[in-house]
Amino acid sequence: MSETSVADLKLIIFQLKGKEYAIPVSKVRSIEKVQHITRVPSSSHFVKGVINLRGVVTPIIDLRSRFGIEEEAYSDSTRVIIVTLEDMEVGLIVDAANDVLDVQTEAIEPQPEVVGTEEANYISGVVKVGKRLMILLDLEMVLNPEEVKATQGIEG
Amino acid sequence: MEMSQYLEVFIEESKEHLQNCNERLLDLEKNPSDLSIVNDIFRSAHTLKGMSATMGYEDLASLTHQMENVLDAIRNQKISVTPETLDVVFEATDDLEAMVFSIADGGDGKRDVATVVEKLKLIEKGESPAISQGAKEVAATLAPDAPRELKGEYDEFEYTVLQQSIEQGFQTYEITIELREDCLLKAARVFMVFEVIEKLGEVIKSTPSVDQLEEEQFDQEFTVTIVSKEPMSDIQSKVMKVSEVDRVDIHPISIEQLRPTTETISEPIIQEVVLTEEVKIEEPVKQEEQKKQTSVKQASNKTIRVNIERLDILMNLFEELVIDRGRLEQISRDLNNSELHETVERMSRISGDLQNIILNMRMVPVETVFNRFPRMVRQLARDLGKKINLEIVGAETELDRTVIDEIGDPLVHLIRNALDHGVETPEIRRAKGKSEEGTVILKAFHSGNHVFIELSDDGAGINRDRVLNKALKNGIITEQTAATLTDKQVYELIFASGFSTAEKISDVSGRGVGLDVVKNTIESLGGTVSIDSKEGEGSVFSVQLPLTLSIISVMLVEIQKEKYAIPLSSIIETAIVKKEDILNAHNQKVIDFRGKVVPLLFLKDIFEVPVFEEEDEFFSVIIVRKGDKMAGLVVDSFIGQQEVVLKSLGNYLTNVFAISGATILGDGQVALIVDCNALIK
Repeated sequence: MSETSVADLKLIIFQLKGKEYAIPVSKVRSIEKVQHITRVPSSSHFVKGVINLRGVVTPIIDLRSRFGIEEEAYSDSTRVIIVTLEDMEVGLIVDAANDVLDVQTEAIEPQPEVVGTEEANYISGVVKVGKRLMILLDLEMVLNPEEVKATQGIEG
Repeated sequence: MEMSQYLEVFIEESKEHLQNCNERLLDLEKNPSDLSIVNDIFRSAHTLKGMSATMGYEDLASLTHQMENVLDAIRNQKISVTPETLDVVFEATDDLEAMVFSIADGGDGKRDVATVVEKLKLIEKGESPAISQGAKEVAATLAPDAPRELKGEYDEFEYTVLQQSIEQGFQTYEITIELREDCLLKAARVFMVFEVIEKLGEVIKSTPSVDQLEEEQFDQEFTVTIVSKEPMSDIQSKVMKVSEVDRVDIHPISIEQLRPTTETISEPIIQEVVLTEEVKIEEPVKQEEQKKQTSVKQASNKTIRVNIERLDILMNLFEELVIDRGRLEQISRDLNNSELHETVERMSRISGDLQNIILNMRMVPVETVFNRFPRMVRQLARDLGKKINLEIVGAETELDRTVIDEIGDPLVHLIRNALDHGVETPEIRRAKGKSEEGTVILKAFHSGNHVFIELSDDGAGINRDRVLNKALKNGIITEQTAATLTDKQVYELIFASGFSTAEKISDVSGRGVGLDVVKNTIESLGGTVSIDSKEGEGSVFSVQLPLTLSIISVMLVEIQKEKYAIPLSSIIETAIVKKEDILNAHNQKVIDFRGKVVPLLFLKDIFEVPVFEEEDEFFSVIIVRKGDKMAGLVVDSFIGQQEVVLKSLGNYLTNVFAISGATILGDGQVALIVDCNALIK
């Protein structure tokens, strides 16, 4: 950490049920408005389906339902953040995404020990800038393919 | 020197040359006396040596060099062609192939080839001295200056001209002219030399060619072959008179020298007559052959090598265009503007043509897969102690490159299976009254939108009872079902996983894991595989493959508010069924479809489609099939038939049940493609 302490980290900030979350900008391909989503049958409950992202069929995850927060109808401010991880490209549905922040890496603190919700597993740290507190997401955990398979209902 | 830009070309050409070596070696095995084949192999090996040395792959070059020595010895009849010799040459080719592949994979192409080199050297030394001495003696009696190697290589035409000139009493000479090192206008001197020579006789050939000489593409030396009636010394002195000529070597050539490889060389005087006669008879044929070769060459000159990646990019771009085409068609329908309509229709037609061309460009003859099988069969037959004749039919049949890439391994499995379990040993075959040599036919042909590859053997066929017993023992089926199975269904059992009919497990066709892998691979390509067999007479494995994988014809259907695409390839027909015509059998709804009982699958339930409106009196049913089995897919309405681009769901969503992919429709929405194979069990 000490070596990279000078380096800035660019973060995309988005909202979920009033809380602020962050993803490194390097992992974000683009931010889209919600468009027609084609449901994919017998997939996990948080996989909302696939969209046509400029000719590429891209799966979409609802982050609210991924984190066990009650879902809400999409509004004008609802956004789809397209993230890439290794060879995967996935869209995340969030309440709103409207900020980019430069932070020093020392502003990132490890996640607090006791957090009772499901989302605790997907947190890689907490970013504190002034009075704002943002949760840095661990994308690898969010997109963990094993979990997708495990919760996938297979039937005949 | 920066070589990377040539590396790709080098690898491609090396593979071609090695393939050529392999093929010709097999030919040679069949006709061990045909030395023109050896020449062919030699040329390939020689080119390979040159290329690899230039590219700095020393191991490759040195092994090729050793191989070349052996081939040269065969060519000059110092050693004869025996299966043992060929085995070693084959081994060397295998090593070469391994090295080229290692280079292709980014390796350094190094490999321990000491043993093979040693073997090659032994063969090379193992020459019979009597033969070589005899050959030398012959050469000595016929040409006093010989033995010396000819500078030029003569093709059939030049050879014929030379031979006829000799018969008409002309002398043929090979003149090597060396220009002075400080010669400035080399082309001018060459011109003067030619002027002198042309007064004396007729120039048959020059090495390098006249064009190259005119462009000064040579060092100091060039060689001219002429026919003339002038004595040798006259020619020499006349050419020497041209200024700046350093040295003129002149040698007469005889027919034997032109063709040192012709078999008749060992018995000179009597056979010389025979030789000329033979050549005369063979001439028309040979010339024709040569014409064929040149025409082939011309044809190949008109092709260019294109990186597969670029074709893939082109294909992807075209797929985008197809999607937009669909969109445009829809917009023009909605707007109902006749001019727009016309333009869109024109564009659709053109892009249809374009699609054909692009798909054709990606077509590769199955030959590229088939051509490694003769080698494999030869080796396997020897290992198994069987006599097998592999016939390949329809190798020119074309398939999409993506299919070609995948189809190799399954076919290898099938061939190994046919050789190991199908064709019997010579003893058994004789006892059964068959010819000792088993025949395996590999046949490819087009039919409709599919390509069929059939592998048939005249071996033992499949024993129904043995398959059943084995399947019962391995718990694949139960006693009850065993009795009800048809022969075909029994044969299908050998594709079940965990099945091996060979009484003893052999290392040739493995442990019974092979055939179910074959089935899976072929099905993942959208194809099917089926077996037909007659005990005692042989079996036929038939593989059906789609022509292409990326653009498919589908039937679009609507289920409530969702759209799904069902591949036309698995649809038999569509039907509208009344509610009261649906019967119940064991909790399974079925219909009577043309005398057959077909189970109904309600896609709405399978895909858990949210229901908005209630079903009416009629059901829209799509009858699909998988092999012999059928099912009726119940949907809400048919939208129509459309060409769509197959897209994957990406790496995040893998193995979604009964969905093989997705496509983008004209309105920009994604529609899922139903995998009928997964729905029918």
